[in-house]
Amino acid sequence: MAKTMVDRTTRTLKGAEVVVRLLEELGVRWIFGIPGGASLPLYDALYDARGIQHVLVRHEQVAAHAATGYARASGEVGVCTATSGPGATNLVTGLADAFMDSVPVLAITGQVVRPNIGTDAFQEADVTAITMPVTKHNYLVMDPAELPRAVQEAYYLCRAGRPGPVLVDIPRDVLQAEIPSELLRVPFEPRYQPVLDGDPARIAEAAEAISLSRRPILYVGGGAQGASEPLARLARRCRIPVTVTLMGKGAFDETDPLCLGMLGMHGTAYANYAINEADLVIAVGARFDDRVTGRLKDFCPHARFIHIDIDPSEIGKNKPAHIPIVGDARRVLEALEPLVQPPDVEAWWRQIEEWRTRYPLRWRPGRMLKPQQVIEAIYQATRGEALVVTDVGQHQMWAAQYYKCRRPRQFITSGGLGAMGFGFPAAMGAQFARPDDLVVAIVGDGGFQMTLQDLITAVEWRLPLKIYVINNGAHGMVRQWQQLFYNERYSHVFLRNPDFARVAEAFGAVGIRVEAEEEMHAAIQRSLEVRDRPVVVDFIVDPEENCYPMIPSGQSVKEMILGE
Amino acid sequence: MSEALAAAAQPASERRMLSLVVDNAPGVLMRISALFRRRGINIHSLAVSVTEDPKISRITMVVDCPAARMDVVLRQLRKLIEVHWVRDITDAKRTERELALVKVNASPEVRHEVLEAARVFRARPVDLTERTVTLEVTGGSEKIDALIDVLRQYGIREVVRTGAIALLRGTAVT
Repeated sequence: MAKTMVDRTTRTLKGAEVVVRLLEELGVRWIFGIPGGASLPLYDALYDARGIQHVLVRHEQVAAHAATGYARASGEVGVCTATSGPGATNLVTGLADAFMDSVPVLAITGQVVRPNIGTDAFQEADVTAITMPVTKHNYLVMDPAELPRAVQEAYYLCRAGRPGPVLVDIPRDVLQAEIPSELLRVPFEPRYQPVLDGDPARIAEAAEAISLSRRPILYVGGGAQGASEPLARLARRCRIPVTVTLMGKGAFDETDPLCLGMLGMHGTAYANYAINEADLVIAVGARFDDRVTGRLKDFCPHARFIHIDIDPSEIGKNKPAHIPIVGDARRVLEALEPLVQPPDVEAWWRQIEEWRTRYPLRWRPGRMLKPQQVIEAIYQATRGEALVVTDVGQHQMWAAQYYKCRRPRQFITSGGLGAMGFGFPAAMGAQFARPDDLVVAIVGDGGFQMTLQDLITAVEWRLPLKIYVINNGAHGMVRQWQQLFYNERYSHVFLRNPDFARVAEAFGAVGIRVEAEEEMHAAIQRSLEVRDRPVVVDFIVDPEENCYPMIPSGQSVKEMILGE
Repeated sequence: MSEALAAAAQPASERRMLSLVVDNAPGVLMRISALFRRRGINIHSLAVSVTEDPKISRITMVVDCPAARMDVVLRQLRKLIEVHWVRDITDAKRTERELALVKVNASPEVRHEVLEAARVFRARPVDLTERTVTLEVTGGSEKIDALIDVLRQYGIREVVRTGAIALLRGTAVT
């Protein structure tokens, strides 16, 4: 719970000082942002801030994605800020991404002075209205006396229950208003209290269902990132196969033979076969997204569902849950695990192993570098220990397939929104959160160009990021769909690219271009040796390579394309 | 559009009456209405006003929602920070009222008939001119529909309705 700040030296504080001092008090270390007219008072207060460092990015979209990357890597609240109007609208994509993937991000935006609100003033945009559908909650602070409470509640809401982004929009005259310091001592009472403990009756029912099942499977989503220990105990003691979603990667050790890897549209064939043959699906912090289920009515036709989620509105949203359990995944699994008698899964495992042997993930070597080959090489060179951040597209799916994760929060990606341009800035945020970890951004040539101007920010802060560009000269996933579903009518997908290595050098980063297999390992090694600045390695890969397996959109496991 | 296509586009909706207790603050109504708009659910009527506690408002709304989605929508409403309480009272025992003003053509020749119809429905004339009568009527929404139907033959000039409001009967909390 947020403590309130006590100030004994002055009787009033400026609104902006209230914001900064509360954030300091709440433990915020980093803010990503760009100043502007409406947020001048906030930046004036940041000038004196002792506990908070500000990272000046070059585009507000980067501020939002960096805050998200920070939050995803640390589990703490990521904070970004922008001025009114265009500054704030540039945050929207990042907020939408954080909303879809349930990431705690606090955005503080400047707004035009109160008398000008609604007059189409310079740099005015109705930011609370614009962000309403992509935030958990937001505030337009019209009364300076409400500011301390708004900031504290916003920070609390970011992480309470299902995490998500919260925005506080503050008019410049509120940032300048004098606020009596005793208002900061008013204890903050949260209005919103999530249910954390699951209903014991439901938990007992779930334990019995698991004990009696013959073909159980754990379907693990992003909501299980904080529940990996009880999850591992349950899976290992009862030998229950585990499949992870894109957001669930790392919540369970993917190198464990119990793990079938990712499921869904580009999941492993054996994970998809297994879940669709299961008699009991135990969904933990997963939301039955269309990229996982395909055609809903054909998804898991034989299964009963146990659905564990902290958000009651997820339960039954896409698939009816036979045993719904609302609560925090960790607490629910801790209560559930000891009650379960290991089911008889011998025959089930024989079947799964047959699928696993028959339909492995595979790629064929060719004349050119294969993207999967590059990811495997990165995986080996980093011994599977890097914190991997991806952009969106084919490379994202290959990274999910071939970079096996062993610990929670090891894989950071824009899952729900699928926001291209996310990868590199989110990796910057992750590096700020984990300064001593090896942070690797795997991006495509298309997505990287959406935010690469901020290479200069990474250079300025001497971030030892590795940016691996899987360069196929196209919006590869779109090209793949045009090839498969639009009769190879390639409409505006091929990219004439700059020389990314030279671009990197121009920014002061290290740039390496790799066109052949012989250069690949050495280039990765060299990139890992750079410690004082970012490295961009541009891997020129086979432009024809497609991402398989693939369950075409809106279809079922029966229509899965295994490969060419 | 074929019938099958039309059915696919418009899953069968049910009329549901919801009662919400919310913060009396700017933007709350927008958050709630946006939740329905995003899902393509029409708000049939809406009544909002402050309660005995000036910080709290009550909303009574009637929506046309596909039956299968109502439960999830209720849970999504409950997630809104400023929404304290939501209840689907469609099937509950309740006291329900709506108020309408109906301005109807009433030349001296038919005025007597119009006022007679009004009397049957316990509607009160609140304005009278040479050509019109304005009636005030309260009751359940169906009663108001019925009065409007009866008056249609005289020529209705304007109607305004508050939308239904309701409380559960007895000690039950709405």
